[in-house]
Amino acid sequence: MYILSAIVILTALGLILGLSLGIAGKYLKVEADPLVERVEALMPGSQCGQCGFPGCKPAAEALVSGAAPVTLCPPGGTSLVEQLAKLLGIEVDLSQAQDKEIMVARVSEDTCTGCTRCFKVCPTDAIVGAAKQIHAVVADACIGCEKCVAVCPTECLQMHPIEVTLRDWRWPKPLVTA
Amino acid sequence: MLAFLEHPRLRGGIHAEEHKAETSGQAIASDLPLPKKLYIPVQQHVGKPAEPLVKVGDKVLKGQLLAYSQGTISAPVHAPTSGSILDVMDYPAPHPSALPIRTIIIETDGKEAWHPRIVPEHPLELEPEEICLRVGAAGVVGLGGAVFPSAVKLNLGRKNQIHTLLINAGECEPYLTCDDRLMQERATEIVTGIRLMLRGMAAPKAIIGIEDNKPAAFQAMLRACAAYANINVIQVPTRYPMGWDRQMLRYLTGQEIPADGRATDIGVVIHNVATAYAVYQAICLGQPLISRVVTVSGGAVSKPQNVEVLIGTLMSEVLSYCGADKTQIARLLMGGPMMGDALPHSEVPVVKACNGILALSAEDIAEPEIQPCIRCSSCVTACPVGLLPLEMASRIKVNKLDAAVDIGLKDCISCGSCSYVCPSNIPLVHYFKFASGELFKRQQMEHKSEQTKRLMDQRNQRLERVRLEAEAEARRMQEARAARAQQQAQAKAAVEEST
Repeated sequence: MYILSAIVILTALGLILGLSLGIAGKYLKVEADPLVERVEALMPGSQCGQCGFPGCKPAAEALVSGAAPVTLCPPGGTSLVEQLAKLLGIEVDLSQAQDKEIMVARVSEDTCTGCTRCFKVCPTDAIVGAAKQIHAVVADACIGCEKCVAVCPTECLQMHPIEVTLRDWRWPKPLVTA
Repeated sequence: MLAFLEHPRLRGGIHAEEHKAETSGQAIASDLPLPKKLYIPVQQHVGKPAEPLVKVGDKVLKGQLLAYSQGTISAPVHAPTSGSILDVMDYPAPHPSALPIRTIIIETDGKEAWHPRIVPEHPLELEPEEICLRVGAAGVVGLGGAVFPSAVKLNLGRKNQIHTLLINAGECEPYLTCDDRLMQERATEIVTGIRLMLRGMAAPKAIIGIEDNKPAAFQAMLRACAAYANINVIQVPTRYPMGWDRQMLRYLTGQEIPADGRATDIGVVIHNVATAYAVYQAICLGQPLISRVVTVSGGAVSKPQNVEVLIGTLMSEVLSYCGADKTQIARLLMGGPMMGDALPHSEVPVVKACNGILALSAEDIAEPEIQPCIRCSSCVTACPVGLLPLEMASRIKVNKLDAAVDIGLKDCISCGSCSYVCPSNIPLVHYFKFASGELFKRQQMEHKSEQTKRLMDQRNQRLERVRLEAEAEARRMQEARAARAQQQAQAKAAVEEST
């Protein structure tokens, strides 16, 4: 008799809890994986495609599913790698990490025809100009995505490293093996 | 007898070979021949660079304003002598990288003709605001090496109602004796400067801390202060880095500045002793900061001494005046051997921050082999801040900068005590300097990333707006066309009706 009542009570409890979980799962459903959103918030968001994914959101999804390494984003640099590793709980060996030299686009005035193609593709509006006027790149806003280099018909846009000034000169890492 | 109980125990620090005897016994030389050209960088201070207001070809007089200060934290620069402006161009800066900085070049005319100087009749009766104003206009900056604009600090002191002005005359760096000589020879002027600073900050009292390896300077200052009960001269033990402001303050007052706070938080403002002299010159003589005392020493210098040098003089000229043998120079330093900057060459100007030029010979420097860390913790004992240099360096070595910040990287003052004592010769401070620079770079990249997001958003909004406008325009055109067609139809109907 006791056994029977125990079975009945536990079964009923199981059914009620299962039902309520099922309902909660349906009504309180989270639309997207919150981790993807948090990862995406960390990314530069310029949709430059240098990682090989069509934009920052697909890249973030790949990161969360583990299909891409945390070192995928060149514009983000080591700083982003460290933040991503922390967020995703991944151990990364940063000892060999080397920031890619940051490059910015520059217009060569001799060959620019003012075709306006480059500034139409620039994701950050870093290129200024008008039709049949020589264009110029605002180096501070350029993210080095090279989209403009690809569309320039006269190859007048080229990538150059940022010139080091007294203000942003930094001590290099000591060259030791010890 | 129980004097050692009166002051808190000093944390960390080292005793390095002093090398001060070479220069501390000789008077400051002020007969350095006037250079043909002077190179005056527009930024010799912390803050925004000054903006030149002279043009190429202009004639300038000694003490005339060359570039005015921009913004609240900035300082102007003045002509160190009379002459004409030869150029305003980029010229190598006295910096380890020797990268160019905007520099005004003066061709001197040898006349030393002064720009009219404004000298108040009773300097010590000037209003505090007026003192700060004049100090700021004279381009006075902290001459201990930090080159923070002094007027800003005076104003800050007045606003925070500080109770003590601490004059830092520690001069704990080996080799350097410029403050020592200045105190021995110009104590009265320094004390006037201190009294002006006290008035400028509306502060009641001052303490002067002098390391006990400078007895002559201590006696001179004691004599000069005898008449002023509110200025106290105190000897502090000789132990590097005694001249670190927090160490000095902790020793003299027993109070400790909070890790992320300033000295004003506990009611104290700290100025260097040479700055007090510059304040005296600015107010009592009406002279802007156009020269400073520089210690020239090191194994490659045959006549080591302190020299009064015009700002903008090339270091090579100062060195040849002191009989330096260029072939013997194994390392050239601006500042002391512990915290000074190694310079790639001597064709760079003397600036306001330059308290010493050291031409070290091969015997002076050691380039020992770097060995692995044996975890002896000598560096921990030597660190005046109480950090763990060995642990920070090993974290930085594997690029875990955030982990290094967690154990206090940002509190490191780069004093070099840890590198000095390390038996394995690990360049610890170099690691910390690298890490600080790298952290700054990351911060800038994060800032750029935020900016990129903003630019992207704005672009998307703009494209959306353009699209909506184009659609509205198309709709309007269509409506107009429809209206026109209707009108034509009506007109046609009317014509048909009338016929």
